[in-house]
Amino acid sequence: MNDTYLAGTSDSDGFGRDTPASGAGAEVSISRHRVEGQDVILRTEGIEKSFGPLIVLSGIDLQLRRGEVLGVVGDNGSGKSTLVKILCGFHRQDAGKIFVEGKEVEFHSVKDARRRGIETVYQDLALVPALTVYQNLFLNREMTRYGWLRWLSNKKMRQMARDYLNDIKVQIPSVDALIENMSGGQRQAVALARATHQNSKILLLDEPLAAMGAKESALVIDLVKDLSRNRGVSMIIIDHNYTHLFELCDRLNVLQEGRITLDLNVEDTTIEALTEIMVSEYRRRIALGQQELKV
Amino acid sequence: MSTTPKEETLAPAPRFAERGLARRISDLFFMRPEATIFIVAVALIAYFSVRNSAFYSYTNVVTMAQYTAPIAVIGAGEVLLLDLAEIDLSAGQIFLTSSWIVVILGYHGVPLGWGIAISLFICSLIGALNGAVVVWLKVPSFVATLGVNYVLAGWVLVASSDITTEMPGTTGKFGAIMGLSNWAEGLWGLGLVLIIWALLKGTVFGLHTTATGGNELGAAEAGVRVRMIKVWCFIIIAFVSALIGLCDSIRIGSLDPAAPGLTEMLAGVTAAVIGGTALTGGKATVAGTLIGAIVLGVLEDGFNLIGISANWFILVEGAVILLAMAVNVQLGRMTAKKM
Repeated sequence: MNDTYLAGTSDSDGFGRDTPASGAGAEVSISRHRVEGQDVILRTEGIEKSFGPLIVLSGIDLQLRRGEVLGVVGDNGSGKSTLVKILCGFHRQDAGKIFVEGKEVEFHSVKDARRRGIETVYQDLALVPALTVYQNLFLNREMTRYGWLRWLSNKKMRQMARDYLNDIKVQIPSVDALIENMSGGQRQAVALARATHQNSKILLLDEPLAAMGAKESALVIDLVKDLSRNRGVSMIIIDHNYTHLFELCDRLNVLQEGRITLDLNVEDTTIEALTEIMVSEYRRRIALGQQELKV
Repeated sequence: MSTTPKEETLAPAPRFAERGLARRISDLFFMRPEATIFIVAVALIAYFSVRNSAFYSYTNVVTMAQYTAPIAVIGAGEVLLLDLAEIDLSAGQIFLTSSWIVVILGYHGVPLGWGIAISLFICSLIGALNGAVVVWLKVPSFVATLGVNYVLAGWVLVASSDITTEMPGTTGKFGAIMGLSNWAEGLWGLGLVLIIWALLKGTVFGLHTTATGGNELGAAEAGVRVRMIKVWCFIIIAFVSALIGLCDSIRIGSLDPAAPGLTEMLAGVTAAVIGGTALTGGKATVAGTLIGAIVLGVLEDGFNLIGISANWFILVEGAVILLAMAVNVQLGRMTAKKM
């Protein structure tokens, strides 16, 4: 039944007609197609996951290209979080394969995934509020002097933190500012900076703009774009808020009932169209439920 | 399709304005948690030296140093634990017990030097035990160290049969270095405090201690070995408390089995807290603790000098704690608003 629905949507999606500059859209998708073959940094094949009798993921085939920001959309309980937790090594999949830069990998822990350059960025969990920006950037990778004394080279770390933040155009008052005195957007920016500073190639972001004002969001949006375009960092973002996703992402995957049912370039679609898809799916499921009840 | 007008609208992040001298001084005052207690210390010293010129006499300064040293050392050790949002209630009892271990070993014919070395080692093991119970058995440190405190206090009473005993090693050059000479205890105290200060301020260990206290989960996520950090902090406070305890006993010369370890420990915690260290972790100042210990020492000594009954001391000490804490909390709120 899932398949018939899928076929239906792909026939009648009509995004090409809805988009004002359909010609440009076509060009973009062609150029994207060319990249697809060579530069897929993360790929999954038939990822399945159940918790007891509950099937959460039933065959996820996902592709993340280098430098791309991919949004994963789905209702509550569609399996978004489970998917991210498998990719960051927290859960282990029941079936299916994960490939990083073409090589099959097995994650037994979050550390395993991190070693492959995959990192989950949490806004609040990761940073130590009582420490400064540069101390957080270098946490557990401190530069030291005097051998076994492990005396901190604060001057060097400060300078490197300043240079790096300038490099990725993050504007914060000072590298000596305490995290606890910073806004949500600044914290998220520092968390992103730390992950990329420590050579993570793939970032998994869970609602990176949650509870942020417009100015705050702008800081994070700019950073995400800069990291993906200029530094080749690839990101997967899960979020409920379509506006956020449309601002942040290059491509969207719709996750429904444990499968990816749609793969859209953001340029080729609109918030309204996406909402329509999600709502019609919701209605369809209600209708289906009513039918089943009648039977 | 998705337009991002944000690129133009994003204003540069506000930078701190260049500051004048007055502003810088006021900032120094607001930003530094030690500032309040420093002013209290200066005021007290000024008051007592005006009231009684003997305050500055050589013997009186020596007395103050001897009184202050144990409080400062135990306090500095507690700073490490408070930074972790933990506490060690057994530190004062370890301070007393280390000398009793030396005495008991002496009865069994162990030479003094070895006795001291073995005692310091055993006390460090007690610290490790404190840490292990907290970290692996997940007993809150308040309860775990309280238990250890009573076990040690009980052991001292049993082993001494509740009889006041002479401390060995109270003669000769070794005795002089370990506590008999005027400045021995004060210098040992200062040295240990400086070492803890350097450890906390300058080293990866200190940074990871603050990180663990500030966000244990986040620090662990970043790969900080939070459990080892905690165990080592318990070992360090046990070691320094034991060492300064030995100096104290050698100076005084006799051991009272009923001496209250909890009081000694609370004096250290008081020094740490009025010095600007938070009980909730992530904010720690060894310098403030040293000044806090000096305030307690000056208060007690000054009251003696100007002839006020020692009974008043405890009352005034309580008032100073309340006042210093109230000012610190208010300053903290003002700082938070300014940011």
